[in-house]
Amino acid sequence: MLTGTLLADNVDAPLLTPTGAIEARQRASARGRQELAASQAQGPDWVAEVLAVRDRRDQRAFAALFRHFAPRVKSFLLRAGAGEALAEECAQEVMATLWHKAHLFDPARASVSTWVYTIARNRRIDALRRQRRPEPEELPWGPEPEPDPDDALVMQQETERLGAAIARLPDKQRDLIERAFYGDLSHSEIAEATGLPLGTIKSRIRLALERLRHQLG
Amino acid sequence: MAIMHHLTDSLLMAHAAGQLPEAFGLVVATHVSLCDECRARLAAFETVGGVMLDGCGEAAMSEGSLEATLARIAGRPPEAPRQAPRPGIFPAPLRDYVGGDLGAVRWRGVGGGVRQAIIPTSRAATVRLLHIPGGMAVPDHGHRGIELTLVLKGAFRDAGDRFARGDVEVATEADRHTPVAEPGDACICLAATEGPLRFTALLPRLAQPFLRI
Ligand SMILES: [Zn+2]
Repeated sequence: MLTGTLLADNVDAPLLTPTGAIEARQRASARGRQELAASQAQGPDWVAEVLAVRDRRDQRAFAALFRHFAPRVKSFLLRAGAGEALAEECAQEVMATLWHKAHLFDPARASVSTWVYTIARNRRIDALRRQRRPEPEELPWGPEPEPDPDDALVMQQETERLGAAIARLPDKQRDLIERAFYGDLSHSEIAEATGLPLGTIKSRIRLALERLRHQLG
Repeated sequence: MAIMHHLTDSLLMAHAAGQLPEAFGLVVATHVSLCDECRARLAAFETVGGVMLDGCGEAAMSEGSLEATLARIAGRPPEAPRQAPRPGIFPAPLRDYVGGDLGAVRWRGVGGGVRQAIIPTSRAATVRLLHIPGGMAVPDHGHRGIELTLVLKGAFRDAGDRFARGDVEVATEADRHTPVAEPGDACICLAATEGPLRFTALLPRLAQPFLRI
């Protein structure tokens, strides 16, 4: 059952003003360049691998993505209650979906981990709950064909920062968040897990949406 | 007109986590289709999901799983190209469930000029389209738990607030709300409730089982 505690919160911050948005973008962009070298040293550029799959049907890039993400997706599904065979089957299906939907990936709005998570989540709902997953209408203009590398990098870094912030949370709160995403938390308990430092990420995504709309108009 | 009434963080987080009943998911996805603010908030909660995926460890894939996946990929037709947005009242997720736009809805009268159309979903919750003539009150649902009412056309007022296209009212049984459609055109809403909806104000309780057809 859902409960009234789902009402306990409401919209947090007001929209960015256009000026604030531009400033935020400039700050983020400068920071992105500064941290470019550091981040590139950290590991594979998953965004580039997805774009290689999208543009060239690059099987080597796909294999790299598979080696990294498939075992994580499988682990995620096992934790969410799937049996071994179903988790294996779903993980393969999720990776096949990554290939087929690569043209929908927008690195200005999501890191590759986040995007793969949404595919895995939908697959889980389909396979474990046997119910449809209503998805929001895709933006008609889609991601930019040549995404700004800065945008992609900043989104990647914001996701990493959020990961670090979540790792620093008190055990009890972190446990609530994990349980919410693995599916063993009631909806009333989810309300207790919502107090997360998401303001920056939300602003980045909002900005990316605004820019897409601006390009269209 | 800007959307004034949005979804709560807990609804967006529950949707990002894949934990909402399908009926509620449909209202959330339909609102998000109309609202960039909630689209960004939902995506921020999905980022938390990405962090969870990063941190959930690795489970060994079976022997030959990459080759099996490539075979899967080869055996499937390529994705259909992106569909151009179609003009209409219903955003894509709702159109998918209804099988068309407003004209495709198969309404049933429930008294007082009010019409409804139940949208089939999993049974944990119920979602329906409501057609409320101008000046009419939305029937008292006598609902339990949480209720979402998203305006698609026209507008209603409730306790001093105005809800127009894209606005969503989030209410519980504790809120004794009485939305009233503004005079003029009918108000079309998408409403999700936990369990079966009871039109206590309009119908004797015995009739309820027949409402859900
Ligand atoms: Zn909204």
